[in-house]
Amino acid sequence: MSVAVTSRPQAPGQRGPLGRILDNERLLLGLSGVIIILVLWEIGSRAGAIDRGFFGRPTGIVEAGIKEVQTKRFWGDLTASVSEFGIGYLLAIGLGVPIGLAAGRFRRLQYALDPWLNFFNSLPRIALLPVLVIMFGVFGPASKIAVVFLGAFFSIVIPTMQGVRTTDRRFLDVARSFRASERLRFRSVVIPSTVPFIITGLRLGIARALIGVVTAELYTQTEGIGVLIRRATELRQGDRALFGVLLFTISGVIGVEAIRRVEARFQKWRPTTSLERR
Amino acid sequence: MDTGLALQARDVRMEYVDQATGERLLAVDRVDLDIVEGQFVSIVGPSGCGKSTFLKIVNGLFPASEGTIEIRPAAQGVAHAMVFQDSSLFPWYTIVDNIAYGLVCQGVPRKEARARAKPLIDLVSLTGFEKKFPYQLSGGMQQRANLARALTVDPEILLMDEPFAALDAQTRELMQAELLRIWSEASKTVLFITHQIDEAIYLSDRVLVMSARPGRILADITIDLPRPRRLEIKRSPEFIEYADRIWGLISTQLRPESPVAAAS
Repeated sequence: MSVAVTSRPQAPGQRGPLGRILDNERLLLGLSGVIIILVLWEIGSRAGAIDRGFFGRPTGIVEAGIKEVQTKRFWGDLTASVSEFGIGYLLAIGLGVPIGLAAGRFRRLQYALDPWLNFFNSLPRIALLPVLVIMFGVFGPASKIAVVFLGAFFSIVIPTMQGVRTTDRRFLDVARSFRASERLRFRSVVIPSTVPFIITGLRLGIARALIGVVTAELYTQTEGIGVLIRRATELRQGDRALFGVLLFTISGVIGVEAIRRVEARFQKWRPTTSLERR
Repeated sequence: MDTGLALQARDVRMEYVDQATGERLLAVDRVDLDIVEGQFVSIVGPSGCGKSTFLKIVNGLFPASEGTIEIRPAAQGVAHAMVFQDSSLFPWYTIVDNIAYGLVCQGVPRKEARARAKPLIDLVSLTGFEKKFPYQLSGGMQQRANLARALTVDPEILLMDEPFAALDAQTRELMQAELLRIWSEASKTVLFITHQIDEAIYLSDRVLVMSARPGRILADITIDLPRPRRLEIKRSPEFIEYADRIWGLISTQLRPESPVAAAS
């Protein structure tokens, strides 16, 4: 009776040679896939088979990037995009999580909010963009922040609410049986079992918020990385445009990785399967 | 309430409305029960007979439709605590925090609650597993923690709702012996629900046999086997005689293929 069962597999170093190859196979094949396409792209572009003005080329993107970061305008664009994203997304978390928790807890509040949540959730929110621009103005970040916020808010509030609603009865019975106060029941049972749902919402929200930033910038054309992409394409500077696209990709990757860390921090209690780890 | 009694139930009825069909169902019908302090009492009965419902009424999770249940107020600690069926430990709490939970519910600061949980962790032989999460423990160990969680609040009566039902047969046997050891050390009154006849006989001073739904007490059988009991006692002729008698009573209640027998 003294063996603890853990589902963590052995560290790669302790496995046999086959295990090591299997561990790295994925990485090795993935890297070669990327490199082959990049090399073909570069060769095609240099041979003149691919029009650099539209398609750019890998080395050109790097060059364009180096040139770009030395301009003042770039930093203005970057700051604009980052702050629109940051403010909109944080607002969505700050309002989405508490409202989701409250709506999950109080049935009547949920009934009152349901029509609006369904309406906005089924609406392609980009369609609201022109309206938001009229409401909040073309210049300045307000309209763009509103788009980002609307993108992320519903992705966060709905799963949070569902998480509270699906709290396991067994655990609530345990809490009630030990005479836990309403507050403690919420803190010790409802919130921890809702965390996985909240994290799912945060992850969905990041993607939606990024889409919001790009679309709003392309539409309003005031400042931001989206504007950089548009300007570059109008001048047929494929390399520069793709550098802008690359920046958005990188922010998406950073965002997802940040969420993964939050998840690891809050979900130590969940068994990890090797499938999830990969 | 008579002195020396830990629990007195009179004429307890439980009626509820089936959410799906709108039918009124009688789950528990006129149950009278006296439990003497320190006694180990089991209720056995066919699946769905209302024995778990009765326990939940005693625990205050459901109100009874009619009747009274009196539990002797505790001199210290609480009147009653429940050991739930499998996997009722909070997966997001470590073992020590799970075991200390009942104290935290009483407003004891977490740090002090952990310190007060320590002797119980030792009692159920989980020393060294305090910082583990439930998923890292076997089913038997999880149920030890479950038992310790209930004991931590020092209840007058320990209510146990089929705590070993999900364990494999060997672990279940070992846990039964463990429970008797812990019971004799902690000296608690126990009300134990099970559908396993041999488990009920092995553990108890008295076995109550419940009818199919609506649950009524069919028989109250005093188990006159010497204590401490070793697991081998299950093969003794007296034990088998008790088992046959109880099985005889329960088998009259089973209606094979009936929806009642299928529901849990």
